[in-house]
Amino acid sequence: MSEMIQTVLIELTVNGRRRALDVAVNHTLLDVLRDDLELTGTKECCLVGECGACTVSLDGRIVDSCLVLAVEADRAQVTTVEGLAVDGHVSPLQQAFLDKGAVQCGFCIPGQLVAAHALLAENPHPTVPEIQEGLAGNLCRCGCYQQITEAVLATAEEAAR
Amino acid sequence: MRTDRIGGSPNRVGGIGRVTGSQQYVADIRLQDVLEVKLVTLDCARARIISIDTSVAEQVPGVRLVMTAADLPQPVPRFGPQLSDRPVIAVGEMKYHGEPVAAVAAETKDAAEEAARLVKVEYEELPAIFSVAAALDPEAVLVQDPALRAGDPRATTNVFREHRFGWGDVAAASADLVIENVYTFPMVTHFAIEPHGFMAAPDGDGIACWSSIQHPYLLQKMLAKILGLPLARVRVFAPDPGGGFGGKQNPKLEPLVAFMALRTGRPVRLILTLEETFQAVRRTSAEVRVRTGFRSDGTLAFQDIAADYLAGAYVDIADRVVSKGSYPACGPYRVPDARIVARSILSHTPPSTAFRGFGNPQVNWAVESNLDEGALALGIDRLEIRLRNLARPGEDFIPGDTPADGDWGQTVRRAAELIRWGSPLPEGRGRGIAVGIKSGPTTGLSYSTVRLLADGSVLVYAGTSDMGQGARTVYAQIAAEELGAPLAWVTVVMGDTFSVPYDQQTSASRSTVLMGNAVLRACRAIQDQVRTMAARLYGSDESAIVVERGVVRLPDREHAILEVLKPGLGPLGGELIGNGEMRKDPEPDHPLGGRPAFFEFNCTAIEAEVDRETGDVVLVRHVTVSDVGRALNPLQVTMQDEGAAIQGLGHTLMEHYTFDERGRIRNLGAIDYRIPTSMDLPLEMQSAIVENADGPGPYGSKGMSEGALLCVAPAVAAAVRDATGVAIRDLPLTPERVWRALRDRSTS
Repeated sequence: MSEMIQTVLIELTVNGRRRALDVAVNHTLLDVLRDDLELTGTKECCLVGECGACTVSLDGRIVDSCLVLAVEADRAQVTTVEGLAVDGHVSPLQQAFLDKGAVQCGFCIPGQLVAAHALLAENPHPTVPEIQEGLAGNLCRCGCYQQITEAVLATAEEAAR
Repeated sequence: MRTDRIGGSPNRVGGIGRVTGSQQYVADIRLQDVLEVKLVTLDCARARIISIDTSVAEQVPGVRLVMTAADLPQPVPRFGPQLSDRPVIAVGEMKYHGEPVAAVAAETKDAAEEAARLVKVEYEELPAIFSVAAALDPEAVLVQDPALRAGDPRATTNVFREHRFGWGDVAAASADLVIENVYTFPMVTHFAIEPHGFMAAPDGDGIACWSSIQHPYLLQKMLAKILGLPLARVRVFAPDPGGGFGGKQNPKLEPLVAFMALRTGRPVRLILTLEETFQAVRRTSAEVRVRTGFRSDGTLAFQDIAADYLAGAYVDIADRVVSKGSYPACGPYRVPDARIVARSILSHTPPSTAFRGFGNPQVNWAVESNLDEGALALGIDRLEIRLRNLARPGEDFIPGDTPADGDWGQTVRRAAELIRWGSPLPEGRGRGIAVGIKSGPTTGLSYSTVRLLADGSVLVYAGTSDMGQGARTVYAQIAAEELGAPLAWVTVVMGDTFSVPYDQQTSASRSTVLMGNAVLRACRAIQDQVRTMAARLYGSDESAIVVERGVVRLPDREHAILEVLKPGLGPLGGELIGNGEMRKDPEPDHPLGGRPAFFEFNCTAIEAEVDRETGDVVLVRHVTVSDVGRALNPLQVTMQDEGAAIQGLGHTLMEHYTFDERGRIRNLGAIDYRIPTSMDLPLEMQSAIVENADGPGPYGSKGMSEGALLCVAPAVAAAVRDATGVAIRDLPLTPERVWRALRDRSTS
């Protein structure tokens, strides 16, 4: 019964800010980000780790936050879409998404951005197939895949200058 | 070119919120003291509900309400855009897999989910109908209660309606060659990445409702009717939907959450899972028999088309999908004699609704594929047969309908050029080409208010839902163009029926044309006031002053609008307010209730290679060319065009519901139902446009958001056939289906 759901105190750093909170043991990182921390930029869609809308960075690793229990994120560093802008300015990748027309309805975009940031961190000079493979876990029903790829490429090229 | 103005591609208005995560979709809005709702469903396709015991569920701490049909006004209110047949919640019989039979509202999601599992429903599973053949069996049970359409002779069958269109006399028509085939189109779902979300809250002595909906004003009307409230007590908030594609056009569970909010006196919130969304909306599947008569020179002699569309348990807008989608079934061609019989057939499946293309892709798949059969049999090039039959500009190709409103041959030739039609191909590759046509909106009513503020900045009020198509950006561009403001000084207000004037709906690729014209007219109304101001300020005659595109032209000088506005408003400041209305009235004598405002016309050409070992279809090149009249924002046009094309690849290559023998959908959710990913793109995709400024929208624009989806399937299948010699008439062209077709050919 609900009353008996056990909670555990966890500490984690989200977008550079340390947070300590009691989380239900059955709640996912996605639940905690959206419902407890009110960071609603991370989106909820399939809940089975297939669509990528809930992608966040966990200790530098890309995860579907719907598949990570909140307790597993204890002591972790988490970056969400809200943490991508620097000093109130959108990141070059975010800007490239706008410039290249990679955003239509926008619902998948937080996940795409977090995944693409990680992809560039790991591989600063990706090829088109590497980008397509790297972002294959992030569905976009508006079909912006070409523009998303262009935005990632343009960001990599700009950074190389 | 990147300018703020018309024909430029400024960054999306509202884009910043979308890349920073601050854009609030329905599920992101936090209402104080909100209750979470969870639906109770049964794991079968159809059932008689014997009893519902809520007592255990009500004991779960935090549960505030378990609602069943018994808790609603009796008889339980029904609603629907075509027929009021859908009950607020299942009554007596659950008619499709996923139809809610009860709903729990609790303080937490956990409590709501737990209680939903504890609602005890005693039910008898009943045999379900989930195919056209089963629905048409004379012994078939009736899906719908005949009392819901009393007086209709078809009420005692599962055929909801039969539409008969056409001209000439097909029975008497002769031809040198007749080709007849049956084509099937699968049941697919929208899969917007944002699952549907609904909230409601008591609002004074009225109700407020939040929904990711394309038609907020229709929702307002329906809620007012069901709840017995005046429109002015029903406030609908429609935050930008996270993808719509037609699936979010019509109200679904909003009446249920409204009753729950009124019953509890609290805000309530229901965010569907993706699985529940799959059970809420889908495209109408179809079986289409086409008999095409050809002359030996390839000209069309007749078309004889019978299309059976499988609708769901409730009509929703499916019958309109059938009539509007099948009416132009003969395509953009000159056809001397035509007969079209299209039926909407009820079944125990989720309600089928509008989906990008609106009934056209189903018949287009059949008719375009059959045209290829004729070309091959007659030894005529597949491009040539299309050009030979294509309606010329202004031609009355569907008698009594809007004449051909574009130079369609230009579009087809451009696609042929881009795919290098006729040039040699490597072994194992093939090409296909197909055209698609869709009627635009047949009626419409859009109002806009534009306010030119004292500093020259602008507020545009437009009731369109911006679900990704970029309406907000286009309206801002129109206002910037007409009033001379930089784009960054224009704000577009949407999504609240209490502050934004009425708009009929966001559908049929109408918004640039209809609301766009309303915005333009509102801006022109402001320009008229500026002209009066200028006449007063400069002692000039009004008739000698022209105000256009942000500039005031007097006989002896020119001013920016702002230069006239400031002195014109005087020391108190204030603002100028303009109203614009765009109306397309119904034409009762037209079979669709009105001629379309425009046609969407697209030509898609494909180069493909087929892996004969696996049946995998590799798209080497995908070309889409749309006649858009005028691209107000070329980048957004490309995005919509490519997006439609990629969505079309879904039903062409991979997407379809699968049912078990009891009518349950077996592939709910993202694991078992695959949509195109970044790995499924054609190796090369090219979107091009034809612009002749011949549309009815602002600056000659036409609607264009669906065209590139219409004829993907026939173009791909034609390329597969060209590569392998095998014709496949059932979608999707999965590797298994292609592999089997290749194997059957080699063994036969």
